[in-house]
Amino acid sequence: MDKQTKGVLFDPLFNNNPIALQVLGICSALAVTTKLETALVMSIALTTVTAFSNLAISSIRNYIPSSIRIIVQLTIIASLVIMTDQVLKAFVYDVSKQMSVYVGLIITNCIVMGRAEAYAMANKPGISFLDGIGNGLGYSMVLLVVAFFRELFGSGKLFGVELFKTVNDGGWYTTNGLMVMSPSAFFLIGGMIWVIRVYKPSQQEKE
Amino acid sequence: MAQHSTGYTIGFAALVCVVCGVGIASAAVALADRQAENKKLDQQKQVLAVAGLMQEGEVLKPEEIKKRFADNIKPEIVDLKAGVAAQGIDPASFDQRKAQKDPAQSRVAPPNAAKVLRLPNNALVYKVVKDGKVDTLILPIEGYGLWSTLYGFLALDADDVNTVKGITFYQHGETPGLGGEVDNPKWKALWPGRKIYDPQGQPQIGVIKGQAGPAASDPHRVDGLSGATITSNGVSNLVKFWFGPEGFGPYIQHLKAAGGK
Repeated sequence: MDKQTKGVLFDPLFNNNPIALQVLGICSALAVTTKLETALVMSIALTTVTAFSNLAISSIRNYIPSSIRIIVQLTIIASLVIMTDQVLKAFVYDVSKQMSVYVGLIITNCIVMGRAEAYAMANKPGISFLDGIGNGLGYSMVLLVVAFFRELFGSGKLFGVELFKTVNDGGWYTTNGLMVMSPSAFFLIGGMIWVIRVYKPSQQEKE
Repeated sequence: MAQHSTGYTIGFAALVCVVCGVGIASAAVALADRQAENKKLDQQKQVLAVAGLMQEGEVLKPEEIKKRFADNIKPEIVDLKAGVAAQGIDPASFDQRKAQKDPAQSRVAPPNAAKVLRLPNNALVYKVVKDGKVDTLILPIEGYGLWSTLYGFLALDADDVNTVKGITFYQHGETPGLGGEVDNPKWKALWPGRKIYDPQGQPQIGVIKGQAGPAASDPHRVDGLSGATITSNGVSNLVKFWFGPEGFGPYIQHLKAAGGK
């Protein structure tokens, strides 16, 4: 793997994380992170959509009339999202039931469109595909970390497996009600951004 | 990027639409059977669970679910107003949720606390048959909680048509951890043994704030879900509604008159 490929694929994890640095796509990070399972499926779905929309848009980038490029990107992204939703309904029905509308909302996820407009419109298909995967992974990492804390402290479980026996089930652990509500994701993401920026001071915004 | 002519732009837009349209259509068509199958399986799984024919956390293969369902459960279409089994409708193809939206097969519900907007003319109920005799009735219930409509089933003892045997909600959008605790097996386990109707025949069961007594001494009350008063009230309202005169009231009257079945 040469240096450029590596950078495109792994930079979005810490150096240029779409959520932590670019602060994109945090809406769904609030919605689907109460459980690790939904967060994982959402991550896979978003990574797939970003990768393939980048690939598709990049391969026709020289033919797209600039006056309608945004709507063309959206049409492609929307089609991919609908197909992803159909696949989820057909193969992991239980999970898709829990995700309800949030899969459809990938269409409005700023990361997908942001990468299409900023990267795929100007780069070759292969590298655009990798850029999509890289950004998807960056998003996935944040989602999974948030979901880890929310599921563990909110319901005492990880991937649905009980770790802390909750008071409701006759155990000792009083669940943290805040963790199951959306605002907790804000606090967690805020905390993550803080940690990443202390560790990498170059990401701090200039006064 | 070069400037393109208007004709090119329109042509390009049309082409993108066609390609995307074909893609979506083929995905939808190719996966439709699988999705319908999943939906049906999920429904059967819920029915088995509320009937107590499947243990909590038990994982069954699709074939096992189908077999268990076919062996034990007999679906029946009930005419809600008349309260008797409706003739001439095939339960296998009847979709109550669809019928409810179809003006020809439903009517506007009177204002009610459960916020049910339309009532289907016919409802799909399931009977659990044991040793050739109807053992349990499984009735569909639905109503509004805090954020969403809760859809579920309530299992009723077929002997006295009054004792609850189980409750489950298979679809809802309540807050996980608060209202979403309607899925908690510990909470659902509080329902069996409680009675729907008081001696005067009024649906009396309800979710209260705080803790209720054991089923034997406190038959009409169920513990509230802490932090989820509105969902709890929603559950009370929807159970009262579906077991009242607009819901399965007439059907249950008939069954009682027949001495239970």
